Amino acid sequence: MSWWQSPASDTQVTHGGRLWLYILAIIIMLLLVIPTFIVIPMSFSDSQYLEFPPSTWSMRWYHEYFGSNKWMRATWTSLRIGVLTMLVATPVGTMAAYALYVSGHRAARLIFMYMLTPMIVPVILIAIGVFYFYGRVKLNNSIAGLVLAHTALAIPLVMIIITAALRSYDLNQERVARSLGATRLKAFFVITLPQIKFSVITAALLSFLTSFDEVIVSIFVSGGKTATLTKHMFSALRDYIDPTIAAISTIMVLISTVLLLLVQLAGSRDK
Amino acid sequence: MDTSVSAYNENTHVESDQALPITISGLTKRYGSLYALNSVDLEIRSGEFLTLLGPSGSGKTTLLMAIAGFNRPDSGSIRFGDSEMILMPPHQRNVGMVFQSYALFPHMSVAQNIAFPLKLRGVKAAERLSRVNEALETVQLSGLGDRTIDQLSGGQRQRVALARAFVFRPRILLMDEPLSALDKKLRERMQIELKQLHRQLGVTTVYVTHDQREALTMSDRIAVINDGLLMQVDTPEIIYNQPVNAFVADFIGESAMLPLTHTTNGILEFGGQEIVQTPVSGTDRTWSMVIRPERLEIADKQAVPNESLIVFDGVVRESVFQGESAFVLLELSDGTELSLRAGGGTDSRAQRLQPGEQIKISMQRHDVIVIPAGQE
Repeated sequence: MSWWQSPASDTQVTHGGRLWLYILAIIIMLLLVIPTFIVIPMSFSDSQYLEFPPSTWSMRWYHEYFGSNKWMRATWTSLRIGVLTMLVATPVGTMAAYALYVSGHRAARLIFMYMLTPMIVPVILIAIGVFYFYGRVKLNNSIAGLVLAHTALAIPLVMIIITAALRSYDLNQERVARSLGATRLKAFFVITLPQIKFSVITAALLSFLTSFDEVIVSIFVSGGKTATLTKHMFSALRDYIDPTIAAISTIMVLISTVLLLLVQLAGSRDK
Repeated sequence: MDTSVSAYNENTHVESDQALPITISGLTKRYGSLYALNSVDLEIRSGEFLTLLGPSGSGKTTLLMAIAGFNRPDSGSIRFGDSEMILMPPHQRNVGMVFQSYALFPHMSVAQNIAFPLKLRGVKAAERLSRVNEALETVQLSGLGDRTIDQLSGGQRQRVALARAFVFRPRILLMDEPLSALDKKLRERMQIELKQLHRQLGVTTVYVTHDQREALTMSDRIAVINDGLLMQVDTPEIIYNQPVNAFVADFIGESAMLPLTHTTNGILEFGGQEIVQTPVSGTDRTWSMVIRPERLEIADKQAVPNESLIVFDGVVRESVFQGESAFVLLELSDGTELSLRAGGGTDSRAQRLQPGEQIKISMQRHDVIVIPAGQE
């Protein structure tokens, strides 16, 4: 029996019968990664302009990037905002998810949906709203303002991940711990947290990425010294197109890929 | 019986501080308009094994959780000894608790699980170790301290959960259907082990179950609860033999309920046959007679009622062989269904009955249980 005629699963569908599915899956996967595979070679071009495929190869745009004060400052800003967003969104989102999960209150579901709105509302609306609001409270162009805005975007992710983790966790463990003499807080930190810790790590990494990749809110509320990497890239695209953008994109892809791999590894270890 | 069933090593004496009585009065908990607990008064004696028995949603778990401190009743009082507990958070109540799901901590070893309450109480490492080992020995798991939780069988997990609940010598032990996840054989064996452990520890134990057989097997006293109301609190024998109302009679053991009618001379009768003197409390209400299948016997064709015997005429509907006994479903002349259980070897007549056969059945007059009719 050839591979073609052999069963692909318990349902006796042959690999031949599944061929269309394999082809469809490959097309979809290609569509997902082709943009990335175009940008990466472009970043190694020697040309002044974005060019694909590059006619000559060089590392000059990487030197350009690492040699530029402006780019380095923006990168540093983005990293700082990303880390701060992670440090705020992870505990706040975890606490909210825990509270809403444990609470038997009728409104808990509604509040949960409410907390997810930053994920549902178009980001451009959030950006405009935040911009005008920050104008009043003088938070535009500040690190604190950006961190708060990014935190609002990251909290829904954290809540979804932590709620999913709590669903597969037996809360009676916490009750037992309390009956055995632990305060509620201690029960959470000693019993619950160690068992959902990989989900918490996942949530933290994804909050960092949410902030680090974020463009739209950053364009509105960051500027000058606090301009993020993404904002600089966006203005650079508008003002003068050169392959530095491609080099930076490649580095960002690398960072995101590494973090997502870490997330995968962490996620698969919570039970 | 398997010798290992005799279980706990009688020499490993786990000392318990004085057991505490629990006094519950006027305890009420409402969810919306629904009473989970409706003014419950219950006196749990020091050192006794009391079972809260009721169907699901009866309020038995609510009551247990109120004792543990995991839900706050709307009104009423819970006292351990002389101390009011109603506002005391769970971690200060010092009660051992075993959950249905065991709720062992999977990120800790068996020994770490059992040491957890000791650690919280600041017990020194050396003493902790010896007490954990002692507890492991008590539940017959010596040497398994280093195992992780997922290496244990269901029965072993059950024992670890138990050990963790008594290792800190609480004066009250609470158990929420701890055996319901085990298969029938293991469950029956653990029932006996739990009873022995209780005797050994001497700790006041409150046990929740919906399994009436389990309650009858294990308890010093049973509190039957339904719709948030305490129906009857008494020893298994009295609960079984003298249920106070139709709910208790129906929930515990098998039973049929025959409606009785008043006669003019103060006697209750069924189908023209005098059954019993009307209880003093109620000539103005209706009464039923509770019939347990095992109290009925197949009588001779010539049998007639007399001072000690009640006799019914019936038609056999079905006769089933069930191993240790035979079960006969009958219909009385007025259409009432009745079942009869006859011990296997002793009454072979039961096994030869054919559907449609006309027979007489009898029961002893002193086995008659009379209760107020209807669910009260």
